[in-house]
Amino acid sequence: MTEALLSVRDLRVSYKLSHGSLDAVDGASFEVPQGSIVGLVGESGCGKSTAARALTRVIADNAAITGGQIVFDGRDIARIPERNMNALRWREIAFVPQSAMNSLDPVYTVESQLNEVLRKRGGMGRSDARKRCEELFELVGIETSRLKDYPHHFSGGMRQRVAIAIALALKPKLVIADEPVTALDVIVQRQILDQLRDLQQQLGLSVILVTHDISVVAYICDRTVVMYAGRVSEEGPVKAVLRQPAHPYSMGLKNAFPDLQSSASGVLTPIEGAPPSLAEPPPGCRFAPRCPFAAELCRQTAPLSEEVSPGHAAACHRASEAGVLRSQAALPQTWMVPA
Amino acid sequence: MTAANLSERPLVSIRGAKLHYRVGGLWSAMNGRAPWVKAVDGVSLDIGLGESVGLLGESGCGKSSMGRLLLRLEKVTAGAIMFDGANLSDLCGKDLKTFRTRTQLIFQNPFDAVNPRFSIHEILAEPLENAGFAKDEIEDRIVETLELVHLARPRQYLDRHPHQLSGGQLQRIVMARALILNPDFIVADEPVSMLDVSVRAGVLNVFREVRNRLGLTAIYISHDLSLVRYVCERTIVMYLGHVMEDGRTEDIITEPLHPYTKALVAAVPVPHIEQSHDPLPIGRGAPDPRNPPSGCVFRDRCPHAMERCGAEFPAERPVGSRKVACHLY
Amino acid sequence: MRNATAEKSHVTIAAKAIGAFRHVFQRLRLPLRDPFAVAGLCIYLLFALTAICANVIAPYPATEILFNPDFTLAADLRPGENGFLLGTTSLGRDIFSQIVYGTRSALLIGLTAAVIVALIGSIVGVVAGYFGGWVDTLLMRLADIAFGIPFLPFVIVLAAFLEPSIWNVVFAMALVLWRDTARVIRSQVLTLRTRGYVDAARVCGSSDLKILLRHIAPNIMPLAFLYGSIAIGWAILTEASISFLGFGDPESISWGYMLQDAFANQALGKQAYYWFLPPGICIILIVSAGFFITRGYEQILFPKLGR
Repeated sequence: MTEALLSVRDLRVSYKLSHGSLDAVDGASFEVPQGSIVGLVGESGCGKSTAARALTRVIADNAAITGGQIVFDGRDIARIPERNMNALRWREIAFVPQSAMNSLDPVYTVESQLNEVLRKRGGMGRSDARKRCEELFELVGIETSRLKDYPHHFSGGMRQRVAIAIALALKPKLVIADEPVTALDVIVQRQILDQLRDLQQQLGLSVILVTHDISVVAYICDRTVVMYAGRVSEEGPVKAVLRQPAHPYSMGLKNAFPDLQSSASGVLTPIEGAPPSLAEPPPGCRFAPRCPFAAELCRQTAPLSEEVSPGHAAACHRASEAGVLRSQAALPQTWMVPA
Repeated sequence: MTAANLSERPLVSIRGAKLHYRVGGLWSAMNGRAPWVKAVDGVSLDIGLGESVGLLGESGCGKSSMGRLLLRLEKVTAGAIMFDGANLSDLCGKDLKTFRTRTQLIFQNPFDAVNPRFSIHEILAEPLENAGFAKDEIEDRIVETLELVHLARPRQYLDRHPHQLSGGQLQRIVMARALILNPDFIVADEPVSMLDVSVRAGVLNVFREVRNRLGLTAIYISHDLSLVRYVCERTIVMYLGHVMEDGRTEDIITEPLHPYTKALVAAVPVPHIEQSHDPLPIGRGAPDPRNPPSGCVFRDRCPHAMERCGAEFPAERPVGSRKVACHLY
Repeated sequence: MRNATAEKSHVTIAAKAIGAFRHVFQRLRLPLRDPFAVAGLCIYLLFALTAICANVIAPYPATEILFNPDFTLAADLRPGENGFLLGTTSLGRDIFSQIVYGTRSALLIGLTAAVIVALIGSIVGVVAGYFGGWVDTLLMRLADIAFGIPFLPFVIVLAAFLEPSIWNVVFAMALVLWRDTARVIRSQVLTLRTRGYVDAARVCGSSDLKILLRHIAPNIMPLAFLYGSIAIGWAILTEASISFLGFGDPESISWGYMLQDAFANQALGKQAYYWFLPPGICIILIVSAGFFITRGYEQILFPKLGR
């Protein structure tokens, strides 16, 4: 078995607040195999964006990595000096920020923004950079004649492609895309996702795709990591996690997602309640307050990740009973909370 | 449509509605960019009492503008919108106030839809005060409506402020505010798109239940077909200010007729591994409301475009129980 | 029994008063974190107290001509001589008393101008921003005209036409200074107008007036306050300039007047530092204090500008 390109172990990222601190990511562990697309999925406040950003060590001023390891290509980069980390950024690890279309500088042409990475970062000469710009635009499917245009001349989807082009400029090994298609219309979303998949296959990239939409994960990812309240609740091949979820949260999510392929009369069942406040997280399993299968043990002790099948693990005390729980979870009554 | 339906007057009747914004001036004109944004460019349709209609389309298609027109937050530049027989553009004074009590809006972003300085009580009392309710009636009505949207133990919310509530809870408050005056007609503009997925189901279920219970007529504006399907029996697909297809939601999903609808249905991702990865039957490029193509506005992206499409805009024609604006039919 | 209820009502009144005071205090959002702003507030407080207690602090009336024990004019005395803390002017007036009484006119002018500017500017800004259309165009063209008027010369001319009283100076300033506030508040209202809850209020049937008072006004109050505090400094400086140039009110003793007096009597040549330094320093202090408070406010209102 080849060594994973990226291995995150027990990552902890804390924010310092005016009173006390908050662990946005509290002991997250997952792996990104070489040449795969991993979907980091979860709802708002689960820590996925923070975790993704922590991988490039570009986090808010009042945040810090307070624990764990980030092993990239055999090296733990969680605490290396900034200078060394800087050498990795864009060259080995690239980041496509959320709403990337808005992160392009409106007063510079897209070419000059590409050049900023190619020449200042990559040390390329002018003509080499020029050639690479054209290559990149062809790669992401924009006419090279538009290199001299400004960001506002492009539509949202095109700008997203530009952002992807910038990320790919120096041929990184790992691309981290934070909600790259969330703000786009469904047709453009599909086209960008197709593009991303083609690029990944063509260039042999490894991609981490952060999203809240399971359907996007189902469409394009090989593996998925489900996060809840700062921790990883389930991790595994997309097929396994979607078809046979082993964590009650994943089971609940399935019921809550509308599905065009299923019949119209299906009922959507929400998971009642809300994620816990990370400033004062509950002891034990963080999903226990909302979990219909929670036992006393769940409320007291935090579950460790247990393997349910090769490469598929869930952090649940009752993971061994997953089959039974799944059939129960399929019934809407299981999720109804007494008023 | 049964004979009985035909004899009833539709609640909302839109004829040739247009909403054109003037943007830019001499400079844009010199650069070849039209000074008009044609947000809505000739829409005609009827909405019957008790119908639940989805307005589906991508950004720039005019669905939000259509919603604003229906609520008279904007006036039509041309054409007419009739609500229960009265022309919206003519309403003023007392009639306008009555209209406001009969139609309501549910917003996309619950945090933007309420004044962050107000308490929940104040937020919900505002429409009641405007309608002239007495003080003692107000609180009862508020509690009643909060129960309607399934907020358990409603009294605990009265003194809280928006930032203390979650997105899902706040959106129910926004819904409560819309329902508190017992309106006949509701426009919901992407009401769950800013909420987490596990929470959406809850809000949508409330929407469905309330709609059925109160017999509301509702317009649900969204770009997400799966959500529209969950809530609406009828769907109207819009593109660049025009209606492309209009019919039963289930029919449109199982057998889309208009090329745009076909692409839209194919593009919706589903939470399953087995889904088609075929390229979409639609050209690249984005709709530009300032420079729509001549004739059929979809022709520059349509895989079936013919000569006729450039010359003449296809009027809506009936195909079975649906209406499609396409020369193919 | 009755005493208990009376006491209770006193307590509740007191509690309500404290509650109301707290509410207003919180609404004002005083910039108490910034050390400069705090210093500024202290300076203001000091001057305010001086102005209020001027009668008690100042040993003599500001315009009274004083005499030495030997019945000669107590003119041009240096500080400390004959018990005059800061010495006397060439006309025999106590400089210290003049400084103290000068606080009054400085604060009076400053605050009045600030209130008028904030009030007019806010009303114009809100009306123009909310209603748009021809109202907006009209009001903004008026503002443009006001922008075109050179400030000091206009105030001088107006003060010269009308009698040179302190109120005319304030009036003249108010006529011109509202323009900045109006512009900025209009922008803010334009942004607020697009907020969902304003649409919501309209859909709920709220009248325009109700929307303005309940939704828009509270959100522009901090901004109005900010510009008002900027206006204080401007007003005081202007009044000082006017008085220095000799167009001010001869009846009221202001710091600017003192400077003019000193200049006219060749204080510099006589090296009578005690005459022109104190008023100069006071002006600098109070205008700087205003500036620091303004900056502190700005950091509260627009925290992202600092980054």
